[in-house]
Amino acid sequence: MLSIQNLHAQIEEDGKEILKGLTLEINPGEVHAIMGPNGAGKSTLGNVLAGKDGYVITEGSVFYKGQDLLALEVEERAHAGLFLAFQYPVEIPGVQMLNFLRTCTNETRAARGLPELSGMDFLKLARAKAAELKINPDMLKRSVNSGFSGGEKKRAEVLQMALLDPQFAVLDETDSGLDIDALRIVAEGVNALRDDKRSFLVITHYQRLLDYIKPDHVHVLADGKIVRSGGPELAMELEERGYVDYEKAA
Amino acid sequence: MAATADTVERVKKISVETYKYGFETEIEMDRIPKGLNEDIVRMISAKKDEPEWLLQWRLEAYRRWTQMEEPDWAKVSFPKIDYNDYYYYAAPKSMGDKPKSLDEVDPKLLDTYKRLGIPLDEQERLAGVAVDAVFDSVSVATTFKHKLEEVGVIFMPISEAVAKHPELVRKYLGTVVPTTDNYFAALNSAVFTDGSFVYVPKGVRCPMELSTYFRINAQETGQFERTLIVCDDDAYVSYLEGCTAPMRDENQLHAAVVELVAMDNSEIKYSTVQNWYPGDENGKGGIYNFVTKRAQCRGVNSKVSWTQVETGSAVTWKYPSCILQGDGSQGEFYSIAITNNLQQADTGTKMVHVGKNTRSRIISKGISAGRSDQTYRGLVKMLPNAKNARNFTQCDSLLIGDRCGAHTVPYIEVANPSAAVEHEATTSKVSDDQLFYCRQRGMNEEKALALIVNGFVKEVLQELPMEFAVEAQALVEISLEGSVG
Repeated sequence: MLSIQNLHAQIEEDGKEILKGLTLEINPGEVHAIMGPNGAGKSTLGNVLAGKDGYVITEGSVFYKGQDLLALEVEERAHAGLFLAFQYPVEIPGVQMLNFLRTCTNETRAARGLPELSGMDFLKLARAKAAELKINPDMLKRSVNSGFSGGEKKRAEVLQMALLDPQFAVLDETDSGLDIDALRIVAEGVNALRDDKRSFLVITHYQRLLDYIKPDHVHVLADGKIVRSGGPELAMELEERGYVDYEKAA
Repeated sequence: MAATADTVERVKKISVETYKYGFETEIEMDRIPKGLNEDIVRMISAKKDEPEWLLQWRLEAYRRWTQMEEPDWAKVSFPKIDYNDYYYYAAPKSMGDKPKSLDEVDPKLLDTYKRLGIPLDEQERLAGVAVDAVFDSVSVATTFKHKLEEVGVIFMPISEAVAKHPELVRKYLGTVVPTTDNYFAALNSAVFTDGSFVYVPKGVRCPMELSTYFRINAQETGQFERTLIVCDDDAYVSYLEGCTAPMRDENQLHAAVVELVAMDNSEIKYSTVQNWYPGDENGKGGIYNFVTKRAQCRGVNSKVSWTQVETGSAVTWKYPSCILQGDGSQGEFYSIAITNNLQQADTGTKMVHVGKNTRSRIISKGISAGRSDQTYRGLVKMLPNAKNARNFTQCDSLLIGDRCGAHTVPYIEVANPSAAVEHEATTSKVSDDQLFYCRQRGMNEEKALALIVNGFVKEVLQELPMEFAVEAQALVEISLEGSVG
């Protein structure tokens, strides 16, 4: 599904290297968690995979379903089935969530050669998905993320993910700013989307999210590299010991 | 930021749809000589077979104009205009015989309007919209005239109204915008050529949208239209004007005057979709748009709404205003102004509260892109008798890229202690984060920008008559193509 080899990335503006030779393989249906101390490069990884401006890839490669991911435009990556749930979802005042989601869905469908969904059909679909995820459908009438609470923003990300039906989703610190109830709802939403084809990369600082979204593999990212990989037990160990060992190593 | 610059460069390469109304109609024109003097004014008046009083009115305006100075307080700059270097009257030769019906109108003219999306054939026209089509200095056709006559609504070119309804024209012309009101109004009064006249009699709700479509075609020609709309007691009318011009390297002059009179309990809704040629991406060519638009709410509880979508012109100088004279009268101003490339716009409104319990509402949405510069300039004035008058103003500016400018200049004068004025203003920028977010969800950059901008202007678009809201929305998108930053 996703194959990252020796990836080096720096910030365009100041040339500071953030990813320093990251290698990671993700197979269909797997859930990988990336954990690590602040500043290790966790969010950079998500941004680079999604194609955000402002980074320069100096070395290495990323192949997604056999395609050179780094050669694709941001929206082409989205059309190919890559989804990034933002740590800080962006507000777009005056643009109704429903209209936003319909535009996204239809653009993606068009790129995949599927017919456009009418306003009515889309409304039905969006309502059904919201109900499945236990999300209040009133959210669809509000402006995109405007005035949303932290929990609402993250739920809206999960709703978008459900509608866009990605093959590979990156969740960037989806647990940040959530209380335990909101966390559970978001995690249930993610779990509902798990199947043997869809893969997830869960980026988090804390182990508690992994109580709800059970990963198949856990990796520790420190100073721009994966320094350790293991099963769910690794997350438990990190919870106990913290990142002290890795911070020193960096 | 490097990322922004990169985005701008990348988007520039995306093919930009050029101004699609920029074609020229090749048609034989009847023109009077270039230049401006009393003889020219007399010639225009003679071309129109005008009565003596109107000629004198024009001459008086011309004499006053020669003593006035071009205003220089607006935040726009352009080379000095040589008013003697323009033609002040240009009409298709075929219009000389005054065609009686559409069948007699030169097919080239009908074709021009068809290409602009304004078919004048009544069968093809949007049901429920009557159109007056003005080509350079003359009106070429007015549709649905007879249907309107049945209910007593007069809708015709102002030159025709001067002949057919002189008493009405004389009673109202120049009473809202006096000939000497300002430099451009004086110029217009001296040389105005055509425009629309609307009179809605007492108690009549005009059964369809009225619309005038202005087209400047001839080279080095100024268009000076004059529109006068009178809504008598308890009457209602909704009126829309649209404008386009061919792409030309030299600047063309457009100085219009629009006067609205609203009597007791009447309502006038005036919408503009202004899409004059804005010049090319280096600022060459384009229309100078110097317009005086004013409404007088003379009657009690009368109401006037100005809604404008301003996307064209190289330079815009325009402040549609309301004089709220009648007690309980209301004025509204909803505006979307978009400037791209090197366009300059200084636009806003004036709300002058004279009567008691008068109310006004101003919603202005300015979008600047490219290297353009835009100013909102608004006056809210509460006179001593304006007891309990209310105003609400909201001015929002949206910047796209980092080389454009937005300025807000509100003037507030309150002379009655019971009056209340509220002013809100925001300035925001389309951020890289917003664009990235939309693209990550599958939209391309242009689509993302259109969506963000539409969200920003939605409040105003909703005020447009439905038939035109869709067109206006598309226009907003086209105007910003190639401007992502």
